[in-house]
Amino acid sequence: MSAPTPALDIRGVRKSFGSLEVLRGVDLTVRQGEVTVILGPSGSGKSTLLRVINHLEPADTGIVQVAGEIIGYRLEGTTLHQLPEKKVLKQRAKIGFVFQNFNLFGHRTVLQNVVEAPVSALRISRKDAEVRGRELLAQVGLSDKADSYPRQLSGGQQQRVAIARALALDPQLILFDEPTSALDPELVGEVLTVIQDLASTGITLVVVTHEIGFARKVADTVIFMDEGLIVEKGTPAEVIDNPKEERTKRFISRVL
Amino acid sequence: MTLSITAPDSAPTPPAPAAAGRGASTPPPTDLKVETLSVARVWHPWRWFATVVVLVLSAQFIHGLITNKTWDWKTFQQYVFAPSILNALKLTLELTLYAVLIGFLAGIGIAAARLSKIPLLNVVSWVFVWAFRSIPLPVQILIWFNISALYKTVSLGVPFGPSFFDFSTRSLFSPFVAALIALSLHQAAYAAEIIRAGIISVDPGQSEAAAALGIPRRRQFLRIILPQAMRAIVPNATNEIIGMVKSTSLLSAVAVTELFYQAQVILGRNGRPIPLLIVATFWYIVVTTVLTIGQFYVERHFAKGAQRHLPPTPIQKFRTKIGHIALVIRRRSAEGRIATAGDAR
Ligand SMILES: Nc1ncnc2c1ncn2[C@@H]1O[C@H](COP(=O)(O)OP(=O)(O)OP(=O)(O)O)[C@@H](O)[C@H]1O
Ligand SMILES: [Mg+2]
Repeated sequence: MSAPTPALDIRGVRKSFGSLEVLRGVDLTVRQGEVTVILGPSGSGKSTLLRVINHLEPADTGIVQVAGEIIGYRLEGTTLHQLPEKKVLKQRAKIGFVFQNFNLFGHRTVLQNVVEAPVSALRISRKDAEVRGRELLAQVGLSDKADSYPRQLSGGQQQRVAIARALALDPQLILFDEPTSALDPELVGEVLTVIQDLASTGITLVVVTHEIGFARKVADTVIFMDEGLIVEKGTPAEVIDNPKEERTKRFISRVL
Repeated sequence: MTLSITAPDSAPTPPAPAAAGRGASTPPPTDLKVETLSVARVWHPWRWFATVVVLVLSAQFIHGLITNKTWDWKTFQQYVFAPSILNALKLTLELTLYAVLIGFLAGIGIAAARLSKIPLLNVVSWVFVWAFRSIPLPVQILIWFNISALYKTVSLGVPFGPSFFDFSTRSLFSPFVAALIALSLHQAAYAAEIIRAGIISVDPGQSEAAAALGIPRRRQFLRIILPQAMRAIVPNATNEIIGMVKSTSLLSAVAVTELFYQAQVILGRNGRPIPLLIVATFWYIVVTTVLTIGQFYVERHFAKGAQRHLPPTPIQKFRTKIGHIALVIRRRSAEGRIATAGDAR
């Protein structure tokens, strides 16, 4: 039996900051094209898990594989050798990351934000990158904002630019860390719609969010994390509507 | 007194019916046509008073400059564009330019070293900054100038072993080179701290986003971090550059013929210190003015994206002002009575 390579495979990941163990042995497999939503109370380690996936924070123990490739290390026999930073940056270029507070480059226009990584990380010609960049801006509904600066946009528009910027690298996997929690309520919808449209394109998505409605509608798998562990995992119907674990029940009843 | 024209941004007055007096406000009549309303100007008596005082004091000062014989404007005129002074000015500018260029390039490297994760680089850059901020610049100038006395020759070769080339320090360290080394090292230490301050003022989310996008390290620094750091760097760097223009005058102590030295040579000959000191001062002011104007435009360049709208340049402001005044005059002659700049926008 040969199952297809999972888009994301996390095994035995632990991570401590000083004496605080933030991730206490996380295992997770995500199939190609699947949408996974991670729920969990504040401080449960959701952001840390995402940052470990693309090696912004290296794990203390355990490995992360994206499309069968170990992130940040080279395996020789039973020894993990750290990859040089250049290689890690190449690996990251295949993983999109969307931040809670957008982190757009404030001194560059919207189009320049989208074009920067393809040009400097993938060495695509600026012209081609700009053509693709405009397509992506159209896809997120921002064709007319190409030459604006980020600060001239609303929060929702900024987050959509950030999504276009991540898409510009043609990632197989995109990680979203609370993409809507810095937004005014009336702007949340426009960003979630863009993410929902992505879900149907076959890109694998891992989304940390508190939007239960979104999770129910879009997620294939919902994960509930607490105190550095995955407490419960299943379909939205299982985890959100019929949670088995006491901690999940308490959390869901609080956010619903 | 004539009516002043108050620009709308300098006097935030609430819109009030033109007929309403000070303080008491009459309720607007129901058939009021809003389009015909104009904003009454605010009268600032203290501004006028202060303006008059400043004008009188300035007039007195200028009168003194012109009539008092001590200033000796004839001698000033004779030397301000003299070839010897202009050559000295050129040398001052050259020394400043090279010292600033070398200093700031080295400063970028030292700042990067201090912020790097490599402990050896941290220590070396820290020691460099510590050392060259500790030594007074005049002392450093004299040290480099006298270095030939300490080391008679500089040798290239195997450490502790045989040497292949020998230079006499006299030929290597001309006064110009010695001066340049002193100024550059001094500048590098200060520039490093200014640049480091700029870099750490940029939100760490920016380099995190760049790293997440897989942008190579060098480009992260040069294209994402440094341009945004420039907003904090430029004002301080301009301070440093202006300081450097004047620090070159310290070289008069080692007989480098920069501006101040040349002025001293001439005043030693003709015994007229004031006009020659003014000649030097005049040129330092000119250079500082040019740099200050440059600073405005460089700051404006790096403000791109940081503000929703760029501030207008003085020339643009001047044009807008003239536009307002012209509009007001035209209206007034058309209506024969008060119009304001408030609705001229
Ligand atoms: N760089 C760090 N240094 C020290 N402690 C950290 C660091 N990053 C995170 N932590 C701690 O790790 C724990 C988990 O943080 P994390 O950001 O992963 O939580 P989270 O689940 O994303 O919470 P939230 O929903 O509030 O974003 C917290 O207690 C946090 O204080
Ligand atoms: Mg978080």
